Amino acid sequence: MRVALALVLAFCPAILHGQGEYPPVRQGAVLQFPRDHGSHPQFRSEWWYITGWLQAAGGRELGVQITFFRNRPRVAEDVPSRFAPRQLLFAHAALADPLAAGLLHDQRAARAGFGLAQAEEGRTEVAIEDWSLRQTGSGYAAEVAARDFRYTLRFDAKQAVLLQGERGFSRKGPNPAQASYYYSLPHLAVTGSVVIGGRELEVAGEAWLDHEWSSEVLAEEAVGWDWIGINLADGGALMAFRVRSRDGGSFWAGGALRGADGRVRSFKPGEVRFEPLRSWRSPRTGTEYPVSVRVQAGALTLEIEPLMEDQELDARASTGTVYWEGAVRARAGEKAAGRGYLELTGYWKPLRL
Amino acid sequence: MRRYAVRRSLLLAPLWQHKGRLALSVLAIALGVALGYAVQLINQAAINEFAAAVQTLSGEADLAVRGPRAGFDESLYPRLAKLPEVAVASPVLEVEARLPGRREPLKILGLDLFRAARIQPFLSTGEEGDRLDFLRPERIFLSAAASESLGLKKGDALSVQVGLRVLSLQVAGVLGEARRQRFAVVDIGAAQAIFLRPGLLNRIDLRLRPGADPERLAERLRAEMPPGTLIERPDADVGRSGALSRAYRVNLNVLALVALFTGGLLVFSAQALAVVRRRAQLALLRVLGMTRRSLVAMLLAEAAVVGSIGALAGIALGHASAAFVLERFGAELGGGYFRGLAPSLVLDWLALALFFSLGILAAVLGSLVPALEAAGAGLAPALKAGDEERALRRLQPVWPGLAVLLAGAALTQAGPVSGLPLFGYGAIGLLLIGTVMLMPRIAVLGFRVAPLLGPVSARIGLAQLRGAPGQAGVSLAAIVASVSLMVSMAIMVASFRQSLDEWLERVLPADLYLRAGPGSDTAFLSPADQQTIATLAGVRRAEFLRSQRLIVAPDTPPLTLLARAVEAEGRVPPLLGAAHALKPGDPPAAWVSEVASDLYGWRPGAVIEIPLGGRRARFTVAGIWRDYARQQGAVLIERYEYLRHTGDAYADDAALWLAPGADPASVTREIQARVAGGTNLEIAGPGEIREVSLRIFDRTFAVTYALEAVAVVIGLFGLSSSFGALVLARRREFGVLRHIGMTRRQIGSMLAAQGLLVSALGLAVGLTLGWVISLVLIHVVNRHSFHWGMELHLPWQLLAEFVAVMLVLATVTAVASGRQAMSGEAVRAVREDW
Repeated sequence: MRVALALVLAFCPAILHGQGEYPPVRQGAVLQFPRDHGSHPQFRSEWWYITGWLQAAGGRELGVQITFFRNRPRVAEDVPSRFAPRQLLFAHAALADPLAAGLLHDQRAARAGFGLAQAEEGRTEVAIEDWSLRQTGSGYAAEVAARDFRYTLRFDAKQAVLLQGERGFSRKGPNPAQASYYYSLPHLAVTGSVVIGGRELEVAGEAWLDHEWSSEVLAEEAVGWDWIGINLADGGALMAFRVRSRDGGSFWAGGALRGADGRVRSFKPGEVRFEPLRSWRSPRTGTEYPVSVRVQAGALTLEIEPLMEDQELDARASTGTVYWEGAVRARAGEKAAGRGYLELTGYWKPLRL
Repeated sequence: MRRYAVRRSLLLAPLWQHKGRLALSVLAIALGVALGYAVQLINQAAINEFAAAVQTLSGEADLAVRGPRAGFDESLYPRLAKLPEVAVASPVLEVEARLPGRREPLKILGLDLFRAARIQPFLSTGEEGDRLDFLRPERIFLSAAASESLGLKKGDALSVQVGLRVLSLQVAGVLGEARRQRFAVVDIGAAQAIFLRPGLLNRIDLRLRPGADPERLAERLRAEMPPGTLIERPDADVGRSGALSRAYRVNLNVLALVALFTGGLLVFSAQALAVVRRRAQLALLRVLGMTRRSLVAMLLAEAAVVGSIGALAGIALGHASAAFVLERFGAELGGGYFRGLAPSLVLDWLALALFFSLGILAAVLGSLVPALEAAGAGLAPALKAGDEERALRRLQPVWPGLAVLLAGAALTQAGPVSGLPLFGYGAIGLLLIGTVMLMPRIAVLGFRVAPLLGPVSARIGLAQLRGAPGQAGVSLAAIVASVSLMVSMAIMVASFRQSLDEWLERVLPADLYLRAGPGSDTAFLSPADQQTIATLAGVRRAEFLRSQRLIVAPDTPPLTLLARAVEAEGRVPPLLGAAHALKPGDPPAAWVSEVASDLYGWRPGAVIEIPLGGRRARFTVAGIWRDYARQQGAVLIERYEYLRHTGDAYADDAALWLAPGADPASVTREIQARVAGGTNLEIAGPGEIREVSLRIFDRTFAVTYALEAVAVVIGLFGLSSSFGALVLARRREFGVLRHIGMTRRQIGSMLAAQGLLVSALGLAVGLTLGWVISLVLIHVVNRHSFHWGMELHLPWQLLAEFVAVMLVLATVTAVASGRQAMSGEAVRAVREDW
């Protein structure tokens, strides 16, 4: 009986994944590289997220973000057309320049196919037309040509992959189904060039990559999350997040701290706290974001202060949401502790993935 | 001050005395202006609307790639999208979908919303909803206009016919912008799947990067575009559609100008006689110190006042009727070019100014000759009575008229000017003017050869006409002009109708005709449907026709390709001229329509290239046939050739020959029962199709009929006006006749005889001229405008009825006009003669 079932499953992968359900994210699954650097097209959603700080000549500081999203909408999988929207790709790119009036950002959206947009399996290689993020021998290369800026950047990996949660199984709620596969690459060394306002700047800096894929992340009750990824000055890395419930309280939380010595400590929901210190209201959407927060993760307490307040990203034309994604400084007491990015979602409207 | 008072009493007072005539002149001008202005307004509204539709639907595209309706291979899309100059390439599969139970098909755009939203901004500003609805294959979005006209809202089901099956799509929302254009949007993947066009697109919109030059890119890409596709500015479509309907529009405008011309002629006849009547008064003005120039200016100003009152009324009337027509019937004047548009009236200042001045011009030109004549008269004779006849004699020289006629005849030989029969119109104008110029002389000749017969009153009437032919000549001109125009149009329309009728009989030899979905490109007969139909009991032979719209040249509208069995079944269409026999090794045969032959210069024996299945297929022109059904040209090929090139085994129409004794009604029922979706077929016998076609023809020419009627009314106005003037001018003569013993009754019958004589002569000349003009209309104007040949058919009965009615009306008009003379006192009438 069991053998027969196994045979059916072996010969009918379509029943399993093709037109069927999204595959669940399972506790205990082992992430394998380089395979898991690539796309996981059966899962509902996936993203590659690079955020970082850049310095140009003269000490000018910029925040940079490039994100590629992949989505499997599962609404037209058996439509006999090469245009059938089986996989959707979205990309957001932003530059936080304190000299500019607000966040410079742009977006792309496309269905995969025709060599114009795709996310490859087996390695990180995702592109929408002339926007791309590719794995190279030593790290990643990103290319973005946006409305107001362009950049060509290389990200060299200096540290090992940091598996989040339980060896890459990252829970987002009390139900084990509310989870994702999630790993990070902190302390990426950035070099390259940025063109703003027609001027090309040579830049160097440090970035953070997240790669996360899942089929079901947010619980019904959850509206969004706060997240930080900080490259600590001592070579350590802190990721902390909390999922917020409708009443504004924390619904779930988690995170991990990798010390300078390479030892990783994962946090349980009760060990992570986000406390708003200062809010900023967007003049465009009227949304109020806690752009400065105090984050407690285990014994570590950091005060987070943005590079600039207006780092709101309006992505209604692609992923259909508005969120705040900004370069931040972290202080421990009076001491500069590191730099990274703060992400605030679900403040505009409850987030739906 | 005093001087002006005198002038006013001498000039405006007599004008005011003849308010009846004045009103007629004003009315004639008004009608001409109204017609021209209304036609212009309606057409402009239609063109504007069409341009707006194209603009909305193409959004911010810099270039558009267009292909045949059936589509081209989608691999062109990534090729274009990857060009460095291209910012966004948006693939489109557009179909005219048949909606069961509705006559008008619905334009459905299959779009990749992610790309289209960056070119057509209205797509991203719809109401908030489930964003995935734009990707779901069974969902459709309606434009506001489509939602309104279909009476469907979000959540409702929309039925669409594909093949003969009916699919149901759910309306997922109504698009926020793009008001007034009737269309719907589905995902492009779904469109390819639903409409069974896997791998095919029929349009790609391109938005270029800043700095890229669309013209240069289009020029560079042109060489490598697949056959049958065009790369061009998005609005090139507007120009092509404009050109398509231009000949029709120009013809309508010329008809309106004809009405105006007749109006001007009426002013001429009225003014000429009024000036003659006021000859003594005008001479008095001269004696009182008025210069010739200011007298002419005065008389022209008088005409201008009449003209501007008429033109003003005409503009108001034209505007009102254009608004009414647009409200009731849309922009469709009968040419079939602007179906489905619901345009709104926009005030067109240029057209307004143009037709207003044309109205005034017609009146001023109409009174120019009489005014010059009055100013040129010698003073002493003019102050005397009985000088009227002498004055009009000046209008009689022969050679200028003959020269104008000859020039008109010569113009008929010239070709079209950018698709318009400008020389044809010129020829008609010259023929009319020449004849009108010759009319006084023709009158002299005509009355001289007419026999002196009948009672005394009739003889006196003829003798009077012989003695003073000039006066009759003026009123004759009005009759001739209106009669000839009316007759020529009647002959042309009758010839066309008769030719169409005979053609329909020839092209409809079968017993039953089936159509999957006329006007749409989603309905068809599948091979299985065809098999079922062909093997039905009662069907002796079934012939299936596939038609496609192809782009053959960038500057011509799409050509219709027809594919059916031809030679094997002895179904070569009736050819114009001889068939070209193919030699071994020649490319296969194609039979081209008269229109296609004219448009593309295809002659029998020529080898032509037609884009089929993404390649250029070569054919030999085996003959030219007449086709009234497809105004943009058609080419007929063997169906197996079409199949070989395209692999497309669908059919649009079928013609069935029934077995002896089989009843069309029961075969129809059989088809509806046995063919899946058979109730969605349009099934008709040849008689029914003929009837419908002729009804469409009559509707198409409804505007022509209306203009014709107006021309006749204006002609009758002219007749009544000039007869009234004649009788008024001859009151003294009637007085004398009464003195020497003629009874009122005899004077009445004398006037009747004269009315009869004048109108008979006018009708004779008008009929002859009308026949000549109809030849120009048939062989020059129609041929150049629409590339349609036709045979001359004279509508004898209609013409006879027309002649009889005109004779009666003319006689009645003459008698009625004379009633005033008969009621007047003889003594007072004689006393006028000092």
